[in-house]
Amino acid sequence: MENKVKRNLPDDLMTKMNLKPFESVEIGNPEVKRVAPKVQVTTGESKVVDSLEDVIKKTLKDGMTISFHHHFRNGDFAFNKVMNLIIKMGYQNLTLAPSSLTGVMNDTVIEAIKRGVITNITSSGMRGSLGDFVSHGGLENPVIFRSHGNRARSIEEGEIKIDVAFLGVPNADPAGNANGQEGDAVFGSLGYALIDAQYADKVVLLTDNIVDYPNTPASIKQTQVDYVVQVDQIGDADKIGSGATRFTKDPKELKIAQTVNQVITNSPYYKQGFSFQTGSGGAALAVTRYLRESMLKDGIKASFALGGITKPTTDLLEEGLVKKIMDVQDFDKGAAASMAQNKNQQEIDASWYADPHNKGAVVNNLDVAILSALQIDTNFNVNVMTGSDGVIRGAIGGHQDAAAAKMTIITAPLVRGRNATVVPEVETVVTPGDSIDVLVTERGIAINPRRKDLIAAFAKVPELNIVDIKELQEMAQKQVGIPKPLEYTDRVVALIQYRDGTIIDTIKQVKD
Amino acid sequence: MEIKTVGVAGTLESSDIQIMISAGQNGIEVDLDSEVAKSYGDQIKKVITETLNKFGITNAKVKATDKGALDCVIAARTLAAAQRATETTDQPRLEVLQ
Amino acid sequence: MTYVKNRLRRTMMFVPGNNPAMVKDAGIYGADSIMLDLEDAVSLTEKDAARMLVFKAIKTVDFGGAEIVVRINGQDTPFYDQDVKAMVRAGVDVIRLPKTESAAMIKKLVADMEKAEEEYGIQKDSIGVMAAIESAKGVLNAPEIATATPLMMGLAVSGEDYTADMHTHRYPDGRELEFARNMVLQAARAADVYAFDTVFSNMNDTEGFYRETKYIYELGYDGKSLVNPRQIPMVNKVFNPTKEEIENALSVQNAIQEAKAKGSGVISMNGKMVDKPVVEKANRVIETAKASNLIDEEGNYIGE
Repeated sequence: MENKVKRNLPDDLMTKMNLKPFESVEIGNPEVKRVAPKVQVTTGESKVVDSLEDVIKKTLKDGMTISFHHHFRNGDFAFNKVMNLIIKMGYQNLTLAPSSLTGVMNDTVIEAIKRGVITNITSSGMRGSLGDFVSHGGLENPVIFRSHGNRARSIEEGEIKIDVAFLGVPNADPAGNANGQEGDAVFGSLGYALIDAQYADKVVLLTDNIVDYPNTPASIKQTQVDYVVQVDQIGDADKIGSGATRFTKDPKELKIAQTVNQVITNSPYYKQGFSFQTGSGGAALAVTRYLRESMLKDGIKASFALGGITKPTTDLLEEGLVKKIMDVQDFDKGAAASMAQNKNQQEIDASWYADPHNKGAVVNNLDVAILSALQIDTNFNVNVMTGSDGVIRGAIGGHQDAAAAKMTIITAPLVRGRNATVVPEVETVVTPGDSIDVLVTERGIAINPRRKDLIAAFAKVPELNIVDIKELQEMAQKQVGIPKPLEYTDRVVALIQYRDGTIIDTIKQVKD
Repeated sequence: MEIKTVGVAGTLESSDIQIMISAGQNGIEVDLDSEVAKSYGDQIKKVITETLNKFGITNAKVKATDKGALDCVIAARTLAAAQRATETTDQPRLEVLQ
Repeated sequence: MTYVKNRLRRTMMFVPGNNPAMVKDAGIYGADSIMLDLEDAVSLTEKDAARMLVFKAIKTVDFGGAEIVVRINGQDTPFYDQDVKAMVRAGVDVIRLPKTESAAMIKKLVADMEKAEEEYGIQKDSIGVMAAIESAKGVLNAPEIATATPLMMGLAVSGEDYTADMHTHRYPDGRELEFARNMVLQAARAADVYAFDTVFSNMNDTEGFYRETKYIYELGYDGKSLVNPRQIPMVNKVFNPTKEEIENALSVQNAIQEAKAKGSGVISMNGKMVDKPVVEKANRVIETAKASNLIDEEGNYIGE
């Protein structure tokens, strides 16, 4: 069958897994039913145990679903500690359902797959050796990629049923009250893990820092926690996020960032009390800097900044240019430290952030989102999942979710090395073009023809070089030439869900 | 044209390509190392071969280490390496690049 | 590409000729002129390769409408002859001669270009020249250099080599360059060619860069040589005409049109006759204002 972004989906798999093809970016007002976890009543004061192995033995059975969060990013010690034990203990047929997978987890996951310990995976993304392994057919069942908002939805609606959640935290009291803000390995917001704590049948905290009861602020609450396991070290603080934030000096990134700022400040949304999400990466940080200058000059203040947060954004909070930060994760130490100090930096969970089947997620209130792309095609469809070689090397993250903003801007250089970024057709559709409004490249901006209002608004701005997206695509092609089409086998190695759970695309095994 | 020595041109910087040319017997044999080999490998080899043929080299071993170079860079580096290999650098044959 | 004598040249961005990544992207920053460098930015062992790369780039890369200048190697080097031939064949807009010290050097360049034009069937006089003034002798001979050929596009002060020749070095206040800057500018104006100031290489000293750019703008320079694309918007900002200047220029242009409509050869504004330099200045102001998006298509002021 073909879905609305003209992707051919394998009928047998769609039927077997009871999946629906992507229809529309309009979520509508469906009535949904949420599930509730099984609760094993706990009495007594302390849930602290020394043996992780005992806890696994008590909670885990073959065929179950286990989850982890990725807030420690590449400084994560929790995942490998738990997974290596699970492998050693000989478990089979587990489903791995973390909020995302980072590089430090790759080797362990590959080993677990090879030994039959893990047979199913759902994640926001994967990179490096694991992406390569899966793209070459290393896992029999297709991986299901979900956005952060969609993961929350899937957990709430029971599509992902977490049996045991293993959640690393930089602090916890003996009853299980915990947050991400104090200790040796702080990462700030616990946003993605909060859903697991709320919906998993069994919640196991791992920490190297047991503090006095009652521990506040309690992001994860004692009412949700079954065990607190003490470990010697939970994470490497230096690898959790970048240290001091350095602005890019790359003139091309700066030029794109400057143009993004012109797009924002000349849009109808740039007014007192507007809101934005900038994300991470060199160009995004530079956008924040240029936006700050404009806001100071124009006397404009934002009501909130959303998303993955960086120090330049918390600086805006300090300066009073942003009134609130709605914070689902922190990308650097500065942003993480700021959460502990500033009550206007509100921790939000993934559901509050972006769940489409909600009584209103924050992304619905968002004016401007700035997102990146590995590829974008002439229908504005965006790929953030597969590289130009067709191999998995990315993550949906909050991409599909933040694109719900009133104005979604994609920033991308026209070409990277010899790879065109603006292409006739993306390798993998992750975020549908219907939710993308503006593309900013170093050679000009393209506006989605759907947005006649923005076309009219930006036509009056002489600094903005407005170009048809097809023209940008041709410009890129003229530089790099026409690539030989990639070759795939018929085997589906991954499914890309849209945020409502429908299937927007598949990833096939690469032929080498 | 006679290849008198090993000719190398280009760098391993991003957007460049390093071309190393040495004597060969079996036409133009290109050993290509490139991150975009899947999509552009054939094209890169074609540019190298055509440039060498135009220059008058029909037998050579070419080691190409590509860092995402565009065709214009590949042609320029190939010519530079060819002129160095044939020790004719003092007589640039720019018509090869036309 | 063909050389145009008069055009906007506020920014001349230096790009190392042997760096494909930088050459490829040179056109995206809005520089008025791009100077691809075969001289100081290229090591002695790479002169041949850089020449080929620049040759091919001029023929294939989209430089976004910028004027393309190539700085060739000096006449005292073994690379000069082939550089001239290659750039004539490539059809560059302007050839820049480094270390120019006399009119004779420029005349030799023009003669060599003519020979190459003939050899390769390139249209005669389709390529301009410019002289980099980098020594005491060059500064003193600036007047004869500026008038050495009708193809002269302009003179550029090159501060690093000049200060070394003067037994000093660059200082933040620029007093060591005062004479050279004035002499070169005077020579350029007298010969009706363009004048370019030297580079400012400390990217971290934004304030110093603005101070120097403002200073040379006030002296009357047409543009500045740049080492980093980030300096382009800064120079343009300094060179932007004020609202008053733009409005005055628009009035001058109106007066010209009125005179034309009446078939009158005399242009008058507010009862006074408008002279040629005033007309030319008005045209320059309007051109700059348009390039910096300070007036719209109909000529209305839209700056802040």
